[in-house]
Amino acid sequence: MDYFDIFISILGSAIRLSIPLLFTALAGLFSERAGIFDIGLEGKMLASAFAAACVAYWTGNAWLGLLGGIGVSIVFSFVHGFASITNRGNQIVSGVALNFVAAGLTIVLGQAWFRQGGRTGQVPPEGRFSSIVLPGADMMRDVPIIGPLYAHVISGNNILTYIAFLMVPISWWVLYRTRFGLRLRAVGENPGAVDTAGISVAWMRYRSLIVAGFLCGFAGTYLSIAQSAAFINNMSAGKGYIALAALIFAKWKPVPVMLACLLFGFLDAFANFMQGKSLPLIGEVPVQIFQALPYILTCVLLAGFIGTARPPKAGGVPYTKER
Amino acid sequence: MTTASVPLPAWINYGLIPLLNLILAFFFSGLVVWAIGESPFEALQLLLIGALGRGEGIGFTLFYTTSFIFTGLSVAVAIHAGLFNIGSEGQAYLGGLGAALVALAMDHYVPWYVTMPFAVIGAALFGAACAAIPAWLQAKRGSHIVITTIMFNFIVSSLMNYMLVRVLIVPGKMAPETRTFLPGGQLPKLDWLIAMFGGKLGAAPLNFSFLIALIMCFLVWVLIWRTKLGYEMRTLGISPTAASYAGIRYSKIVMITMLISGGLAGMMALNPVMGASARLQIEFVGGAGFVGIAVSLMGRNHPAGIILAALLFGILYQGGAELSFDMPSITRDMIVVIQGMVILFAGALEYMLRPAIVRFYQQLTGK
Repeated sequence: MDYFDIFISILGSAIRLSIPLLFTALAGLFSERAGIFDIGLEGKMLASAFAAACVAYWTGNAWLGLLGGIGVSIVFSFVHGFASITNRGNQIVSGVALNFVAAGLTIVLGQAWFRQGGRTGQVPPEGRFSSIVLPGADMMRDVPIIGPLYAHVISGNNILTYIAFLMVPISWWVLYRTRFGLRLRAVGENPGAVDTAGISVAWMRYRSLIVAGFLCGFAGTYLSIAQSAAFINNMSAGKGYIALAALIFAKWKPVPVMLACLLFGFLDAFANFMQGKSLPLIGEVPVQIFQALPYILTCVLLAGFIGTARPPKAGGVPYTKER
Repeated sequence: MTTASVPLPAWINYGLIPLLNLILAFFFSGLVVWAIGESPFEALQLLLIGALGRGEGIGFTLFYTTSFIFTGLSVAVAIHAGLFNIGSEGQAYLGGLGAALVALAMDHYVPWYVTMPFAVIGAALFGAACAAIPAWLQAKRGSHIVITTIMFNFIVSSLMNYMLVRVLIVPGKMAPETRTFLPGGQLPKLDWLIAMFGGKLGAAPLNFSFLIALIMCFLVWVLIWRTKLGYEMRTLGISPTAASYAGIRYSKIVMITMLISGGLAGMMALNPVMGASARLQIEFVGGAGFVGIAVSLMGRNHPAGIILAALLFGILYQGGAELSFDMPSITRDMIVVIQGMVILFAGALEYMLRPAIVRFYQQLTGK
């Protein structure tokens, strides 16, 4: 296989691996921009993956599966909101708790309902999001360079992939061009000012969490009924945390979030490709380096060596009205 | 008038409210058990018998308790200085490498009681090393410690994966683990402790590190409430501005606190690595670092409370394992759900009941 074909195949799998990260990181973008730390992204992704697989298995309809995934993810968001907004609890503790609940509940319920050691049943093909071949993909295949790129990277993905990339400009527009977005960002920077303007801080933050739950539902659904055909134990496998890293790496901005997710997806795909292969001059590179690289890069960024990452000012602080 | 500033007597703050939160957590966990068609009461009974019914069960319970005391102390020490160390998991994992290297180097030559102090130091040093970079980033560069410690959990996980799969693995074997330590690299079982109460330890891995954990509880109590350093840590935790006004150096205290916190987490590795399996295995921490968060929260960051909370989680772990034998429709992961509920109600929702209790208390006392 020549190098270009290899590059195209890695690029294709990089896109597939970055989609759950992209949805989740955008979810985190909304909640963190509103001043709510969301360690629970991982749990939301896992719970929605489970819900989507269950609903799709029972109904045989992928869109209902998506709806189920989104629904459960929003329920988790509400619990997070109830703890950290209404009761002013610690947002990180609440997120950790939700991750535990999701990790345990998906296996316990999965075992009780399907009796396959935590797996759900195999979802029938009509209950899954299958890949779409864009018009002209076959015709273009033989055109040099652009052809394979179009046929294997841009075409041949499932609908959720295209929705993910569509969500990037939409998120940008909502955050920077609407009144809702302005208030959302304000609530994360200076909730006191927003309160003075007569806008409810709590309700604003709840709404940001609902948006986050909505987006996270897509991520989970993608994992269980687009990328695979069933829910598997702990299938989010730390992706929620990588998404969190991507969000920080992107300095809490929508378009950089997309680029960071693509970069981390690419690292993941490259690690898979490099398994057991050796590079010229360097020799065999341990795959673990690629697995750790997203986290190392994020730490280096946080240390202020690649620009500065300035988080929303009021992040993690419960808002209390002055008495 | 709001209820947040009304002082409550200690028995309500430290006794009643945690107890009510715990009951709520168990109530919702019971709902899950009920939803999958089993009796919550029967499940609870099986769980308690499994954890406390026989000497072997108690041995397992105390074995888990040991790990949770270490990680609970680790989280608590950091919280006293206002730092949320969510990286105990990774620090314990790297601590295992420290303990294992000492055991591998010394077990041929000396008995266990010579190896032990070096292993304690090795585990603590490696755990502290893992906390050092996040601590430095927080102290000097202002990077959020929660984020960096999460990142380090994953970095350590990759590193340990590499070490076990490529470096420390026994040549010719498939399992990514070190060779089994000789008795000189193992911690002895505490048969006599269980025998004192007329039980038999059996196959339970309760070992000497339980006593080390109790000693650490005492030392942490001394550190936090009886030393100048502990005073400075608590000052920093309550008010960083007041601390800086009083001449307490922020970066110094952050570094020291996190090193101690990481060291305590690292020592947790003694229990499974040198006490139970006598080798370093992949993913041996198994979430104990995160349980430490729950233990510290429930124990109100006090060593005495941490022992009780660690015991509670030890009972849950051991009882949950037994429960899954007796009720096959409930998997071992039910304890993960219960843990999550306990963290949610005792941690994140700890103030939920407070307003109602304050009002009830005010009516009762007629104020």
